[in-house]
Amino acid sequence: MRMDLLTSLYVFMLAAFVGFEVIRRVSPLLHTPLMSLTNALDAIAVIGAIILVGEEKSTLSTVLGTIAIVAATSNLVGGFVITDRMLKMFRASGPKKP
Amino acid sequence: MIGGTERLIEVAYLVATALFILSLKWMSSPVTARRGVRAGEAGMVLAVGGTLLHHGIVDYKWIAIALVLGVIIGVPLGRVHMTAVPQRTALSHAFGALCVTLVGTSEFYLRAPDVPRFMMAVLSAEVILGSLTFTGSLMAAGKLQEVLPQRPITYRGQNIVNLGLLAVAVALAAYLVFRPDHLGLFPAIVGISLAFGVLMIVPIGGADMPTVISLLNSYAGLSAAAMGFVLDSKLLIIAGALDGASGFILSVNMSKAMNRSFSNVLFGAFGQEQAAAPGGAPARPVRSATAEEAATILAAANKVVIVPGYGMAVAQAQHKVRELYDALSRRGVDVKFGIHPVAGRMPGHMNVLLAEADIPYDRLLDMDEINGDFPQTDVALVIGANDVTNPSARSDAASPIYGMPILDVDRARTVMVIKRSMAAGFAGIDNPLYYLDRTLMLFGDARSFVGDIVRELAGGQG
Repeated sequence: MRMDLLTSLYVFMLAAFVGFEVIRRVSPLLHTPLMSLTNALDAIAVIGAIILVGEEKSTLSTVLGTIAIVAATSNLVGGFVITDRMLKMFRASGPKKP
Repeated sequence: MIGGTERLIEVAYLVATALFILSLKWMSSPVTARRGVRAGEAGMVLAVGGTLLHHGIVDYKWIAIALVLGVIIGVPLGRVHMTAVPQRTALSHAFGALCVTLVGTSEFYLRAPDVPRFMMAVLSAEVILGSLTFTGSLMAAGKLQEVLPQRPITYRGQNIVNLGLLAVAVALAAYLVFRPDHLGLFPAIVGISLAFGVLMIVPIGGADMPTVISLLNSYAGLSAAAMGFVLDSKLLIIAGALDGASGFILSVNMSKAMNRSFSNVLFGAFGQEQAAAPGGAPARPVRSATAEEAATILAAANKVVIVPGYGMAVAQAQHKVRELYDALSRRGVDVKFGIHPVAGRMPGHMNVLLAEADIPYDRLLDMDEINGDFPQTDVALVIGANDVTNPSARSDAASPIYGMPILDVDRARTVMVIKRSMAAGFAGIDNPLYYLDRTLMLFGDARSFVGDIVRELAGGQG
């Protein structure tokens, strides 16, 4: 148990460094889509909720977990849809588009 | 021993993690950004698909219902109008935090009263961060949607009350770490954190929203990472850490762009002096101009820099601005846009609105990129921006915004400012820019005024 937590701390620390380095390079131009994309990725929390609901350990966990899946899935779907819509609008100048 | 399916799930998570990191990496440029979205989607499909194979799942009924409901709610949330993106973003922080809080609460009651200390500490962090982000983001969304007053609401002792509440929640959590059998404390921690989230946003004004949204983004990520610790899911820890880092970087950028610290944004309530300032200053003469005069000057210019602000978004003027851009470009005028990091209500807000109006992104320049250009610029046209162009941030040590990096529009040969009236901006401070000899005030609604200039340009010589 203790080892697991220690490994998790290492993973967290390294991921935070990777995050800083990768996101520092994102152009301010794309900060709004960046935020909606990280929001969609953050909806990965849905996997915890899915297992919680599927295991049916208690009524409370099933009810709360079901609401949690709804909330996270709507973020997941909505986040990817709007990010893609925004990015589609970013066009370089150059050849005139129709 | 791990069986074949478990191994498959682990591999799916591993690949998903790599895809998430690539997804963010590809966001670095508009050329590869859409590939980033594809990578993120692929990772998500893998991760969710793998999870559905989990051996512990005995029943799929509620999972299926919830997934379908989530899609039904999610699609319209992805299709909102671009002007509603800030409040949509705040709302999605709230949803993410809600998910984390609910899962954390369930985990607590499933494990209680035998919760190991470290686990209890992480679980507390998860629900405290989750709850305050949930209500805080709902409040932010309400203010952005203007269902709630945008004005900061302050009272004496506000900071002491807020910090006191948070301290109580943390103290209760600390007690629970050592005495996890005191189940009754848990709802109290959640309740106090929910209340803190509301009170935290009450004193925040509209122009501080970029920082606050970024900060809430960071909290949402960190709470998801905490959930990863509780569930021992490396994938969740990494996704949460990436999101947390992203929100953190954006909030640091935003506070730097306002020359303020986090605590100053959260506890400063900058806009409160708004009411006092405008009446006091004696009226000074300004030069104003008509659309016709403005059009003549713009048509004669070689280089024009347009500086948009939140006022452009409010007036929905971005499409008219695009017509102006087209009309001037056709005449051979070099038109660029200078964008301040905190212009608008969230990081990058102006870029999205201008991109939606079909202005090429290579014309949209960041403050640091454009500032060197102003001395060679014939006309700087300010549309609905105020404090981010105020030269007293550079020169007047007594000004409340002294030290804030600004767009140096006052260094252009001519400055035009489209503004409804002489009312002061968010910070409630007078802008000396308006009284310069080289400044022309164009009084009116941004959308109709820009429309008038476009008409003059079309109607004048061809």
